[in-house]
Amino acid sequence: MSQSVMVYTEIRNGVIHPVSYELTSKAKELADKLGSEVSIVAFCDTLQEKPEVFFSYGADRVIIAKDHCFNLFNQEIHTKVLSAIILEEQPQIVLAPATTGGRTVMPAVAGTIHTGLTADCTGLDIEPDSGLLLQTRPAIGGNIMATIKTPHHQPQMATVRPKTFKIVQREASHGVIRPFAVSESMKQTSIEVLEWIPLDSGSVNIQDQDVIIAGGKGLKRKEGFELLKELAVLLQAGIGASRPTIEAKWMDYPHQVGLSGKVVSPKLYFAIGISGAVQHIAGMETSELIVSINKDPDASIFQVSDYAFCGDLYDIVPKMVEIFSERLSDGTDETGSEKHVQ
Amino acid sequence: MRIAVLIKQVPDTDDVKLDPQTGTMIREGSGTIINPLDLNAIEAAVQIKRMRSIPCHITVITMGPPNAQFALREALALGADQAILLTDRRFAGADSWATAKVLAESLKKTGEYDLIIAGEKATDGETGQVGPEVAAMLSIPCATYVTEISDNEEYVVVKRMVEDGFQRQRIHYPCLITVLSDLNRPGMPTLKGKMDSRRATLITLTADDLDIRSDELGLMGSPTKVVRVTTPQKTRETRRFSGHAIEKGIVELAETIKSSVLNR
Repeated sequence: MSQSVMVYTEIRNGVIHPVSYELTSKAKELADKLGSEVSIVAFCDTLQEKPEVFFSYGADRVIIAKDHCFNLFNQEIHTKVLSAIILEEQPQIVLAPATTGGRTVMPAVAGTIHTGLTADCTGLDIEPDSGLLLQTRPAIGGNIMATIKTPHHQPQMATVRPKTFKIVQREASHGVIRPFAVSESMKQTSIEVLEWIPLDSGSVNIQDQDVIIAGGKGLKRKEGFELLKELAVLLQAGIGASRPTIEAKWMDYPHQVGLSGKVVSPKLYFAIGISGAVQHIAGMETSELIVSINKDPDASIFQVSDYAFCGDLYDIVPKMVEIFSERLSDGTDETGSEKHVQ
Repeated sequence: MRIAVLIKQVPDTDDVKLDPQTGTMIREGSGTIINPLDLNAIEAAVQIKRMRSIPCHITVITMGPPNAQFALREALALGADQAILLTDRRFAGADSWATAKVLAESLKKTGEYDLIIAGEKATDGETGQVGPEVAAMLSIPCATYVTEISDNEEYVVVKRMVEDGFQRQRIHYPCLITVLSDLNRPGMPTLKGKMDSRRATLITLTADDLDIRSDELGLMGSPTKVVRVTTPQKTRETRRFSGHAIEKGIVELAETIKSSVLNR
């Protein structure tokens, strides 16, 4: 068996999450430098796509464990099965999504099999001489970048946030599908999943949004978010919120952006009435384009913004709504859900 | 019932400002605090203790330099019964695996804990890995991202917040959970609690007290090694608009959004 770069994929409700293709694409790039194969690990109960789909992103092998025990996410079973596959396959590298699932299962695997794990990598490369994985991650709220190696332990493992790496589709190629049987002992668990409560149909996971409109205490009152929603409808955006507005119960916790909430990286981020506490900035500064509105000319948020509007948000936001609805309304808003296969 | 709470002392980043030139954090003058999510972990333990009819004992544990005792004393003032400081120069430079190893061995050594609670992540390291790693080393299940807890003699029921919803899980003891800030509102120490905590005797353990091989300690025992640290250059050219220029700025922004953000 040749050496491999392994990807632990994310499958939600039988659908492959795009981060799985992002990581497969990156794994292919790394594997080419090493002369290794790319192997995919997929756990699911049902699967809407065919597992062969991974071949067109560079996978050579897909190890698929299809079992009813994966119907509802159980971290203990995932940890046992993934650890067993890693011990059997002996990959050089394992990449996993830095989602709530990956960030739960991977450290448990690292603790089980005694190896290193680097969280939330933004850069991955191979060191030419040693062939070791160079793992770069932001530290201290993104103020420094640390490059990390795992020199003496195998496999070298890293988690990567969604939307960090680009999806690279390749010419249709083929590979091997390996079904993996989950043994009864692996299914034994002291965790019972009682219930799955999806977000209301009206609300979406802001981490999946291309555009986020976030509000802070500068809105002055809960109703201020209604104004942001007008902008959000126009830009097909999700609503984000700073910690103080969550604590004041103006918004629900799933909307909180920042280190104690969600870390987001959309294409476009609006920080409206948010002064920019370090914890908030660390949760959004990798966004592609950042727009901020604040009445304080010295607000920290301006330092990480591309567009900084200094003034009363209650004047500026309605103006934005007016100008955007004139200029952005002619069919250019195709932020459809199929972008990951483009 | 025995509960352990794992805490970490971190720099107080709340009033830290960014240097406008370099975009880096100005850390001078900032003190240390208990990692904010660990306060939620302490509060969760205190609430369980308050609600339970059977005796319940809370041990708070930290690994850190000797002055991490102040974080432990604060935790005692908040309602913990006992505090353990894991301090040794040989622990220094530990990555998440080597940190988890020390915490796991100290948990094995000091008790049979039914429930171990920790904050989901610390504001300085931001890995969120130590909790699940400790659980794996103890061979107990772990639930992360917990925003609600209810418990009884045999198990805990937790609500976990994940990307597209919530999951409710029942987990039998012993187990470890990591918590989010939505779980509760951390309490304030009482005056008596503060006074008592100042005089409280802490248990101090060093590497010699724990069953860990010397090559598994601290920097040397860390599977991951930092090889390079760089300060990223500020890459954004901030365009500022105020007063009458705002409208012009919005028009420019609209064009940028049209051509680069939405048009892909």
